[in-house]
This record gives sequence, C-alpha cells and structure tokens, in this order.
Amino acid sequence: MSHPALAIEALATRLDSPQGEVRAVDGVDLELRRGECLALVGESGCGKSMTALSVLRLLPETGRIADGRVLLEGEDLLALPEAAMRAVRGRRIAIIFQEPSTALNPVLTVGRQIVEVIRRHTALRGRAARRRAAELLAQAGVPDPARRLDEFPFQLSGGLKQRVMIAAALAADPEVLLADEPTTALDVTIQAQILDLLARLQSERGLAVLLITHDLGVVAQMAQRVAVMYAGQIVETATREQFFRAPQHPYSRKLFDALPGPEKRAAALAVIPGQVPPLVGEFRGCRFAERCDEAIERCKWVAPRMVELPGGHRARCLLREKGPAAAPGEPTVVASRRAAAAAAGAPLLEVRDLKVHFPIRRGVLRRTVGWVKAVDGVSLDIAAGRTLALVGESGCGKTTAGKAILRLLPLAGGSVRFDGADLAALGREKLRRLRRAMQIVFQDPYASLNPRLRVADILAEGMRALGVGASEAERESRVAALLEQVGLPAEAASRYPHEFSGGQRQRIAIARALAVEPRLIVCDEPTSALDVSVQAQILNLLRELQERLGLAHLFITHNISVVEYLAHEVAVMYLGRIVERGTADEVLGAPKHPYTEALLSAVPRISGRREIVRLAGELPSPANPPAGCHFHPRCPQARAECRERWPEAVRLSRTRTVACVLYRSSAASSI
Amino acid sequence: MPVVLATDVLLWLLVAAGIGYALYCRGRAHLAAPWARVFRSPAAVAAAVVLSAYLAVALADSLHFRPALARNAEGGARGYSVEVLSVLDALVPGLRTRTEKTYSAPLATRSFAKEQIELPGGGITRDFPRLRWGGAHLRDESEWAQDVAWRTAKGLGLAAVLIGFAALALRALRRRRPEVPWHAGFLAFAVLAVIFCPAFALAGGYHVLGTDKVGNDVFYMALKSVRTSLVIGTVTTLVLLPVGVALGIMAGYFKGWVDDVIQYVYTTLNSIPGVLLIAASVLMMQVAMDRHPEWFATAAERADAKLLVLCAILGLTSWTGLARLLRGESLKLSELEYIQAAHALGVRHGRILARHILPNVAHIVVIAMVMDFSGLVLAEAVLSYVGVGVDPSTSSFGTMINAARMEMSRDPAVWWTLATAFVFMLALVLAANLFADAVRDGFDPRVRVGEVAPAGAR
Repeated sequence: MSHPALAIEALATRLDSPQGEVRAVDGVDLELRRGECLALVGESGCGKSMTALSVLRLLPETGRIADGRVLLEGEDLLALPEAAMRAVRGRRIAIIFQEPSTALNPVLTVGRQIVEVIRRHTALRGRAARRRAAELLAQAGVPDPARRLDEFPFQLSGGLKQRVMIAAALAADPEVLLADEPTTALDVTIQAQILDLLARLQSERGLAVLLITHDLGVVAQMAQRVAVMYAGQIVETATREQFFRAPQHPYSRKLFDALPGPEKRAAALAVIPGQVPPLVGEFRGCRFAERCDEAIERCKWVAPRMVELPGGHRARCLLREKGPAAAPGEPTVVASRRAAAAAAGAPLLEVRDLKVHFPIRRGVLRRTVGWVKAVDGVSLDIAAGRTLALVGESGCGKTTAGKAILRLLPLAGGSVRFDGADLAALGREKLRRLRRAMQIVFQDPYASLNPRLRVADILAEGMRALGVGASEAERESRVAALLEQVGLPAEAASRYPHEFSGGQRQRIAIARALAVEPRLIVCDEPTSALDVSVQAQILNLLRELQERLGLAHLFITHNISVVEYLAHEVAVMYLGRIVERGTADEVLGAPKHPYTEALLSAVPRISGRREIVRLAGELPSPANPPAGCHFHPRCPQARAECRERWPEAVRLSRTRTVACVLYRSSAASSI
Repeated sequence: MPVVLATDVLLWLLVAAGIGYALYCRGRAHLAAPWARVFRSPAAVAAAVVLSAYLAVALADSLHFRPALARNAEGGARGYSVEVLSVLDALVPGLRTRTEKTYSAPLATRSFAKEQIELPGGGITRDFPRLRWGGAHLRDESEWAQDVAWRTAKGLGLAAVLIGFAALALRALRRRRPEVPWHAGFLAFAVLAVIFCPAFALAGGYHVLGTDKVGNDVFYMALKSVRTSLVIGTVTTLVLLPVGVALGIMAGYFKGWVDDVIQYVYTTLNSIPGVLLIAASVLMMQVAMDRHPEWFATAAERADAKLLVLCAILGLTSWTGLARLLRGESLKLSELEYIQAAHALGVRHGRILARHILPNVAHIVVIAMVMDFSGLVLAEAVLSYVGVGVDPSTSSFGTMINAARMEMSRDPAVWWTLATAFVFMLALVLAANLFADAVRDGFDPRVRVGEVAPAGAR
C-alpha cells in the first residue's frame, strides 16, 4: 500500500503541428491516492485533457509521449507493450468524456456496449454479464435498468447517457477513473445529479478519481485535492481547504478574481490580460509572467520550480520562495449600487404572450401532426440601459424566445412592441429598417463570423445593408472606431476571423452588432464558449458599453453567476414559459418558485455548500409537456391541483411575479 | 482563313478563366492555401504534368483554319479549302494525309490483308501488299529494323535534350519553392518525353500505332480524340455548374416550397435512366440538324455543334449530384450564426447567398468539378460506343472503340485501335482522378490529417 493509485512523474507529451512541436504537457507530476478525488483545473488549451489521454496512451496520431513515467500501483504504464496496455484500459483505469452524445455508439444498444466491456475484462458471460450490466446501470442511478439495456443511445437524454457512460466505465471495477469535464455538457440540475453520483461511487468503491474541470464550483464540491495546470505545467497543488482559503499562485488567484458573482457587481471584474501562450518552442522564464501583474524582473529569466509551502501546499512561483501569501481579503459587498439605481423608465421592449411553435411533420406528405411549443406565452419588459437575464436550462426555449423577439423566427402569436411599434405586425421592408435598433450576439464565436470575409467587411455589412454611414469612407472610419471601442487593434480590420482567438472573435461579433447603432442587444450566451478569464473581459466590455451607450440587454444564459454579476432583472424560464420574474436581488436572493429554488441551489458554489434541492428526472420534451403546471412532475412541493391547469402568474410586488399555486393565497390577500 | 468553332471559344475561355482564377487566388491566403496543399502531393504534381500535356494537345487542336487553296491561274478571289484544319494538323501534317487502304499493324510495312498484286514481270499473285506510306521510304524491307532503331535513337536523343532542359528548370524551381515535390513532375515529364519523342520520330515514316479499317493513322486519331474528351469534360461542367450551384444553394437556403420543388425535379431527373434521356435528346437534336443543313457552313461546324449539344445535354442531366451536395451544405450553413446575424442586420437574400453561402460552398464546387471530369470523359466514350455520342466525323475515344469492337474477333486480332484508345483514356482518367483526390484532400477541411488546430492563434 506504499504506492499511490496513480503517479505521474515528469510526463511530457508532444504534438506535431504545422507551427512546430507543441509541448502540450511539459513535465507534469501528479499523485492520485486511493479513494481520493483530485481536481485538475485550468483554462482550455493548457494540457489537462492531454494529460489524461497520455495516461491511457490514447493520444491523437500526431502526439507522442516524450518523457516521464506513469505508475499505476508502481507499474510503469509507458513501458508496457500495447497488448498489455489494452488490458489496463477499462479494466484498471477508466475514462469518461465530456460529450456523452458522441461517446456512445448510436447503432448498438446500451446493454451491448456495457456487456462488451464486461466480456473484455471479466469472466462473466451471457445472462450473468447482462445481469451485471443491469446492476451497474442501477448503481449509476438509471431508473428501470432492465428495460434501458435494450434501448439505443438516441432514446436516452444527455444526463442518462452520461450515467450509462459511467456505468460502462465502472463495468470492470477499475481502480482509477479519469473524468474529463464529465458535466460540462449538462445542465446544472443534471450536473448536480451526476456529481452526487460520482461522489457516492468514489466513497463506496474507494475509487481514485482524476476530475478534469474548468469550473471552480465543481472543484469545491467534489475534490479533496486540487492541481492547477497552466501552459502544460502544474503550477499549484493543495488540498481543497488550502486552495480555497489562500491560493498561492498568481494564476489561481486571478482565476478566483475573474469569476463573476453577486459581490462583485459594483466593479469591473478582474481580467487576466492576454491568453495562454502558444506551447510551441522553449520557455525561458515563468510561463505566466506575461499575464501576471505581480511579475518581477526575475520572472522573465528564471523558470520557477515548485516551492514547498507549509501543509504540503506547493506553488510554482518565484514570489512564494519568500513564504506563502496571505488569504485574499473578503470582497467588500457593496449594497447593490446598480440595483439601487433601478426604477427604470418606460420599457423599450415590451413582449406580451410571445409564442413560437414548430410543426412536427410525419409521413410521406409531411403533414403536420403536432406542434413543439418551444415558447408558449412569454412576457417581458426591458428598459433602456437595463439588463434582463433570461435564465433556464437548455431546451427551455430561451434562445428561441430571443431570436423570435428579433423576428429571426416566425411568431405563432403574441406581440413584440419595440419603442411603440409592434414588430409582429410589420412587413418585411419596414422590419428591415427597424433592424438597426435591435441586434444579437451569439454563443459560438467560431460559428458566428463568416470565415471568408475580412473583419472590415463583416463590420461594414450591416452598415451597407441598413444604410448607416453616408459613404464608403465614412463607414471605414466607423469600422476603425468600432474596433477601438471593443478593444481590438486597428489593423484587425484587414485580417480574417480565423486569425483571432475566441475572445477576440466575440469582440468582433459585438462590434458587428454595435455597427448599426442598436438600442437593444440580445446576448445569446455570449460567454459560455469562453474561458473564465476571457469571459471576464467580455462581461466587462458588455457592461461598459451598456453604461456608455445606454443599451438595453436581453441576456440569455444558464450561468447563474454571470446573471448575479450582470443582470438588473431576471426572468426564469421553464419549458417555454416564464415561471418567475423580478429584480435580480429579489429572484436570486429569495427565490419563490420551487424551480428557481432548485436551479439556484444546484449551482456549485466555491464558497461552501448549501443544501441542494434535488430535482428528479430531466426537462420533459416541449412537444409533449406535462399537463397543468409543466414543472409538477419534478416539483418537490407539487399538489394535486398542479396537475390540472397552468397556474396564472401572481404579482408579489411591483416588479415581481411568480407562476405557482403556492403563492396564490398570499397574493390574493396582498392585492 | 481562321475558323472559329463554338467549342474552341469555350475551351480557350475556360483556360483564360482558369488563369484568372489562379491570379485571383494568389492574393488571398484562404483561397491559395488549399491549392498549395494540393501541390504538396507528388501524385498531384505528376498528374498535373500529364494533364497539361493533354491540354496542350487539345488547345493546339482548338485553333482552326481553312487552308488557302493554290491561287487560280486566272487570278481573282483567293479560294479556301472546305476542309477545316487545326494547328495540330499543321504541326503533324503527315499523319492526317497519309492514309492507307485498310488495316495495318503498328510500324508495319505491309498491309494487314492479302490482296491481288500485279507482279512487275506480269502475272498476278496474292500477297500482303507494301503500304503506300508506312515504311515506303525503305528500298529493301530488310533495312526495317535498322531504320526503326535509328529513328527511335533520334527520338530518344531529342527526349534527352528536353529532359536536360527540364532538369535545369527543376533546379531553379526547387530553389524558389522547395515545398513542392517538383521531382514528381519532372519524372512524369521524363516519361512522357521518352515515350512521345520516339513516337513522333517514327511517325515520320511509319504508322506508329497502325491504321484502322479505312486506313487512317490510329496515332493521329488518338491525338484528335484528346480534344473531344477535354471539351466534353470541361464544357459540360460549364453548363452543369450554374444550374447545379443555383438550384442547390437556393434549395438549401430558402427551404420550404422552393426546396420541395427543386428536390422533386432532381429526384425525378435522377430516376430516368441517364443513357435513355441523353439518347432521346441527342437523337432529337440530330433530326433537327439533319432537317436544317443550312445552319452550318461546313461539316466541321456541324460536327462541332453536335459536340456542343452533347455537352449541354450531359450537363443538363448531370447537375443533380452537385445540387444535392450543395443543398445539404447550404442547409447546414443557413442555420449557422453568421447567417442569422446577417438576417438580424437586414441583409437581403441575394446578398446573403452571394457573400455568405456561395464562398463557403466553393470548396465543394471545386472538388465536384474536378471529380466529375473523369466521369464525363468516360460517359462520352460510353455514349459514342452506343452510337448517340459525337458526330461520326469527330474523332473520339468512344468512336474509336466502337469501330474497333468488331475487329477483336478477327484472327489474328486487330488489337491496336482498341489498345490505343484504352491507353490514352486510361492515362487521362487516371491523371484526372489522382489530381481530383489531391484536390479533395486539399480542400476538404475534414480530411486534414496531421494538423492540430492552432491553439489560440496569435
């Protein structure tokens, strides 16, 4: 028992790329003990996943392990022949991936895929193997496992697929589980379920878990120890308590500062300037020196080694040679200055009873047999200079609602009044003129810019189409001004989108929206594809632009901490309808609707845990919503009357409405 | 007097368009990069050399004129022959005019069939007669081997000179662009030179690849067929492209009833057997042309018109594949966020199609064009073989095969016509396919092997 379950020593992995040799993993040392969960934290591109793939020797074709040892119970995996390695994969070390929808073979039943693993690694065959598969599914929390064995992956929801993946990973009773962002593709309520499951399996089986994640909230909830990775190296290792009390490496501290949250509302978020350096070529000094605001001259020339600090805390920083840093001060909670400045003027955008229905077509003649009520009666108001956050899990219709408000999708009913004009009733040509006033910023900065156009053309396109700017020369000068406004250099105008990073692309997308001088911007999850540090830059930019230009934002997101930081008002959406609406303080501070409560409690917090309201099951299909209150099958406080009809929204205060029967009596008394 | 045939114009225009496209690509990194990747493949470079040899033959054969007749003794207007010749004919004058009576084997001095010959001393015998041209310069047939060897050696000497020049060019090119595998192109050039220099040297005195039933030189016919193949392969895409691209991206972008109509059209078109549809159209056109002989000044113009019509018909029946590909891609693109952003900016449909959809499906168009080429060349051969292809007076690989098919059953077999058509066509289609593979690999982002996305470029 002297050996740790898994020890990685001086692991170095190289990838060949057209730019040269990429040092994806560059001398990583890690130790994973039995029954322990070690979280490997870092931004994208810092080598977390490559470390996991190197352990299993499953690198892409261009990759190779240049140096180091991977010891599983003292046995060097890198020295094993490939045949022996196959017996290790799945049997002793299992891995679960981020995307459950692509990790399962769509043409095989769930049962066959699990039995395959069982047959490969255990002596069980036939009935026994099948019984074992059902057992595993039950352990992974899949309801009705015997029936699920004969289903195909497409019949399962995302959360169930991830449970199946976990069941398959555990089939041969491995000692080590590598979990590569296992919940990133899932909604928060499902994420809470999966994290619970992992924690339970870990303690029951004494499993060693290497949890790769970028979410500090998940780390706080799951990990016993934390390792922070940056640019191919481990820069800090600590126990969870040490790490969250006083992170020692400047990078770790910056990661905490960049997290949005309610207590930071008053000020701009801390950002880490620049981005992860390309890992091509040698580094002389500290890899973080360029982005570090505590950097001293020596950081540029001397590569820091791991510094041992009291309590086994270690950090790769020259500054720590003098001793540990103090815990960062509590962020001063400013009484929501922005919220106090509330009491907004007349609404700029009034949405009443918005409906978007998609037809379900069947058969040869493509007859419409039903409707997916993606948005089914949504009402909102936004005033100039204010941010309304539309919150909900994926599939609840929030993006559809945002696009329908801009009339990018046909409306099935309701009205959208923008500055007095009803958009829903406008003809194509009149609508075109009004498009100037409303713009959209999309989620994926890689799909939202045409790769064949130069940045200048991208920005000028809307101006040309809508006749902004009198001449070509005027537009050109406007393009330069826009680039400056979003913090990009002027020479960016003549480059193509692929030359920019994700954050820079999102800036270009914002500049494109600003080009036509809009008054309302729909932000459709503009930061969910970005790293925390880049997210902070974009959030700061959006806020600054709002304050300067008096823009109204409809901010569509599932990220509660972003909402806490940015929003003035919040609307919570469930299955096409808004269940609760109010100011940010009201809704986030004291949620009333059971769904809001569950949603907020499921968000992993870095500051301790709170009691999670567990929701059973997953979001039902909007094609066939439950009768009555859509939420009642999952609601812990459901009553008989919830099944009968949708509860009308109840006004609790001037700004706040809740659609739940629990508040009907109190509201009746107050009105 | 120069004669301008419609297909000549189109072929030269296509070449000009190709050069224009290359110049346009040069200044644009995202367009030039995939072509640079294409020319990093040795097979593609070699194939390009072979294809340009074919193209050179076809272009030389696409400059037509009517030779002046000898001035009449009475003076007056200068007359022109009714025969339309091309520059290629002028370059190899002997090949066209030196026709024999009937079949003769490659490099033969005597005919393939016995005839009654009058002996000089009187009397008649039955023997293989000497050919009118093939080896006619030999006083004694025993000199044949020596003569053939001598001519071959002369040809090889010329080849050596050419290869020497190519080697000099190779060194210069290597220095300027070291990443292109020039050696592959050099090798292909060397092989071509070693084969064709002796062939032309021998063609002066012999029928290098024999003669066909009516005594035409098979080597000459093969050279003439090259143009027909290239015209079919390229001009057809000219017809196919606008139809396929326009309908494909409209179906994918507008969806709804536009998509339904276009899908029904191409599904219906696809369900009709291709050969049947083409045969019916070609025969109808043929009847129309036969009824209106006044449309054409010369037989060459008539034959050319038939070739053009064949291209048009082939194009109009084979756009479905491209349209289907583009529809799928446009369906995907039209859901992308930059298209939605353009909608939100009030950009009009036409502009979205031209600026956002078309440039982003261009790689598929290029790939489809190059891959279609060899299919069309083969299609022409099949159609001509069936008898609904080009005009019988136009030389093409299909008509050569058609003429030769009966003779394979003779004993001894007349194999050379078929073999020539086979080898020429194989080389063309193989080169085109190799090139097409490289183009697909270069342009298709999904097959980019061994490259990692630049992590946060810049």
